[in-house]
Amino acid sequence: MGSSLRVFLVGGLISYRALFNWIRPYVYVPTMLGAPLFQIVFFTYLGRYSQAGRGDAFFVVGNAVQVCGMSCVYGMTMAVANERWFGTLGPLLATPASRVAVFLGRGLPVFANGLLVSAFGFGVGAALLDFRPPARTLPALLLTVCVTTVSCTAFGMVLGCVGLRSKDFFFAANLAYFLILLFCGVNVPLSALPGWMGAVGRCLPLTHGIDAARRIAAGAGLADVSGLLWTELAVGAAYAAAGYLAFRALEWASRRSAVLDAF
Amino acid sequence: MTSARIVWMGLVYRVREFAVSRWFLLMAVLQPVIFATIAFYMFRAGGRPGTLLYAALGAGMMGIWSSTLFGSGGALQWNRWQGTLELLVAAPPPFLVVLLPLTLATSVTGAYSLVATLVWGRVFFGMPLHLAHPWLFLPAVAGAVLSLGLMGLLMASSFILYRHANALSNLLEYPVWVATGLLFPLTLLPGWVAPVSWLLAPRWGIDAIRRSALGGDVWFPLAMCAAAGAAYLVLAAVFLRIFERAARARATLALT
Repeated sequence: MGSSLRVFLVGGLISYRALFNWIRPYVYVPTMLGAPLFQIVFFTYLGRYSQAGRGDAFFVVGNAVQVCGMSCVYGMTMAVANERWFGTLGPLLATPASRVAVFLGRGLPVFANGLLVSAFGFGVGAALLDFRPPARTLPALLLTVCVTTVSCTAFGMVLGCVGLRSKDFFFAANLAYFLILLFCGVNVPLSALPGWMGAVGRCLPLTHGIDAARRIAAGAGLADVSGLLWTELAVGAAYAAAGYLAFRALEWASRRSAVLDAF
Repeated sequence: MTSARIVWMGLVYRVREFAVSRWFLLMAVLQPVIFATIAFYMFRAGGRPGTLLYAALGAGMMGIWSSTLFGSGGALQWNRWQGTLELLVAAPPPFLVVLLPLTLATSVTGAYSLVATLVWGRVFFGMPLHLAHPWLFLPAVAGAVLSLGLMGLLMASSFILYRHANALSNLLEYPVWVATGLLFPLTLLPGWVAPVSWLLAPRWGIDAIRRSALGGDVWFPLAMCAAAGAAYLVLAAVFLRIFERAARARATLALT
């Protein structure tokens, strides 16, 4: 149990530092902070012009929560898929370490980073777009962002597994990030999307979390959105389980057909 | 081999190369279609369905910019990774002539996005495709693509000393979408943004394309595309001369 905890915490942190390509400040700042900043500004102004939302807060909250995906989607993809890319997947899988600890441990730093990026997004909204949620709602908002970031990290785990077999894992990560913008009610209310798109969105991470965050920013209490938060957590748990099963299945298949490090 | 032939052969070769790249498929087709869909639904939800063509053209131009930005910004980096940058620099033709077809190819490939968003809007959203000046539409697109390709050349030449150009590309995508009024008018933005947009080819490109489609004077923005393109070419030539020499002197040309 002790060694598994160590693999989960220390191993997760070391692998994050080794495998997350954007960790250096001269890449991190423009990519993880600069791009989300302008994404929030872009969609808020587009929202003002289109009059699609109910004020700037709709777009600030939607995008500030969604930008955690910069870490969760891309970071988690790198944290899993880069093992193969850097040629360390074979040695990693030759160890007797608990696969649950190896796999889930990678999510912890990604989660923390996602939280930071999202908090930065809310800061951008406050500083540049006059977003002012009631102060009493901030703890509930923080909890909501935490739950949503956990769920999105689990989604990233599934995407990371794509990289265990496919060369184009970054293509999948980029496509997923853009599709989240479309399907999860980030900028278009789910009610304005066709029924099938709304149904797809409800099976994705972020959708329920963003809805909850918007209600909280509008003054709702935690009890009012507890159903949405539990649903978001359940979606995240489903993706984490799917990611872990995919990881084990791909590990087994790659060993069986000797394509662990093959491209 | 004349410079014109090098540019033409290089352009054909690079366009064929990019046409089978999944990365360019994402940048030039999938991403613009996704952004166009978001914009369509936002305009519909806001009760402004009449702006669909406006949104389709803007989303198409966003794709051209993304393709140029990531393609041209990453052009030198890709050649560094592939170990071909020194060979290109050492080749007898001026490096500007070797680099130009590469950056032009990124904007030419990006033009797929305009086709994709127009077809997408027509087929899935019933968007009317009545062009105010149909004969000026293609020249407007060509002018926009050429000026963006030259802007890409300026970016590529500026990024020669910067080994993390990809990060800069990640940063610059949204700001140019904002500052050039691709999906919403510049009048919504603070007053200081408009003078900045005058320096950016996508602003004149989208003006020319929109006016050819929706009505208005096409020739002025088209002339501005030409002027901006010429300025980018001159600046790129100067930058390449300075930065290429500096990179060779410091022996950092091939460092990744």
